[in-house]
Amino acid sequence: MAAEQPNPGPELAGAGLWKHRRSVLDLDDFTREEIEAALETADRMKAVLGRPVHKVPALNGRTMVNLFYEASTRTRISFELAAKSLGADVVNVAASGSSVEKGETLLDTVRTLHSLGADILVLRHADAGAPHLVARETGISVVNAGDGSHAHPTQALLDAYTMRERFGHVAGLKIVIVGDIAHSRVARSNAWGLTKLGAQVVFCGPPTMLPPSCFTAPGGSPWPVSAEESLDRAITNAHVVMPLRIQWERQDGSPISSLREYARDYGITNERLCRATPDVVVMHPGPMNEGVEISAEVAHGLRSLIADQVTNGVAVRMAVLYLLAASNAEEAHSDRNTRSHPALEVAHASSS
Amino acid sequence: MSAASSGERLVLGADEMRRTLARVAHEIIERNQGPDDLLLVGICTRGVPLAARIQKAIEGFEGVAVPLGQLDVTLYRDDLLAGGARELHRTVFPEIDITQTHVVLVDDVLYTGRTARAALDALMDYGRPRSIGLAVLVDRGHRELPIRPDHVGKNVPTSQEDEIVVRVTEVDGKDEVIIKQGDVGALRGGAQ
Repeated sequence: MAAEQPNPGPELAGAGLWKHRRSVLDLDDFTREEIEAALETADRMKAVLGRPVHKVPALNGRTMVNLFYEASTRTRISFELAAKSLGADVVNVAASGSSVEKGETLLDTVRTLHSLGADILVLRHADAGAPHLVARETGISVVNAGDGSHAHPTQALLDAYTMRERFGHVAGLKIVIVGDIAHSRVARSNAWGLTKLGAQVVFCGPPTMLPPSCFTAPGGSPWPVSAEESLDRAITNAHVVMPLRIQWERQDGSPISSLREYARDYGITNERLCRATPDVVVMHPGPMNEGVEISAEVAHGLRSLIADQVTNGVAVRMAVLYLLAASNAEEAHSDRNTRSHPALEVAHASSS
Repeated sequence: MSAASSGERLVLGADEMRRTLARVAHEIIERNQGPDDLLLVGICTRGVPLAARIQKAIEGFEGVAVPLGQLDVTLYRDDLLAGGARELHRTVFPEIDITQTHVVLVDDVLYTGRTARAALDALMDYGRPRSIGLAVLVDRGHRELPIRPDHVGKNVPTSQEDEIVVRVTEVDGKDEVIIKQGDVGALRGGAQ
């Protein structure tokens, strides 16, 4: 009784690969095909995670370093489990307790990790653009695990994957992201990823959380997203509603007059969801503040995909690590060979 | 890679391929003493339709549809990160207890043996079959690992510069096996 008939044919065209991609910094420089390749590969990885032995040797001998300058539980553990499921070695570095406390610069820390044999660097940093700087100035493969208010590409990929898993497609969905858009790297990366896949993205929140800069891409071109101040209007006919946490740690002043007022106007409750499509789902990148941006009934109710997001995060990050390693295969190979024989270089240098 | 300098020769046509697979199907049944507890597993990509055809042949003369699976070994390859990126395909097993089965892996070409090695490792992560056999359409020699096939459609002596191309209707639109004789050093081996 086969659950699915063996069939190698049609999917040959569907799954693709990343060509010459060295780092994952944001989804702005991704093609639709690259995003689809990641989602398709994540499907295979999710199958691996569902087996009794949920580990494959694909990245045996590779080392991934988690370098986190900001607090994180789910993202760091998710990357660690993903790398281990692919057979890679994992090193975790927290900024506190490392040479960072002794004044070492980000670039010097990364150069040291590279020299120690790190192949892939997963970096979280409070400053927007830090992963871009590292990718440009060092030879290492970088995966951005969140940089300030700028980008969080693997979160956007796992959000797209979770929507695709539920609806079968992302194109044509209406997705409403609600709340502190101004400080949300999740909202920005999702705007890139979801619109490239053909979804309609609406940002919703009070004007203080929706500055004009949210709607202009670097270079001045307008974003393919729309803004809506009224939650009831935004939520009408929505397929996905994604409330965000207010990022108090990134605020200059207070963007709202009171939490109670904010929860009344923008908190997602079952009553608010009545205006959406009947099969609407609710997602949240976490951590949640229940009772503020989302009610407990919604967060843990039947419409919530929040647990699926966390589960899918591992499969999606496995896909990202695999595709990155594969796309850099030959280069990393020769790079490693030269690095492991420093004596030869010295000999060459002295004989010339 | 000019066609003039590297000759192409037909190794198996569609009819020969059909007869060859029928013989391999008979051999598998003979060795297993019937179709009981058999599980045919095609290795992606072209092993999958070949396994399906062997299944059909067995059904033709035994009246039993033996279970069929497909296995993608990409994540188990030893040359994964040296030889460039490879796409991942779906691994599908029928809902039976693999530990009770005699598995026969099916692939198009046996060459270095590295794909078969990867398939053994991959299979073991799904369960511990009672036995694992290997059936291939073409054995072209040049083994690099201690792997031997149990059932061979056709032995084709090759040089390492030659390329064996297997085409199956389900993937390539027609059935044939051809050998492309390569200039020494020009080509890097055939289908795996």
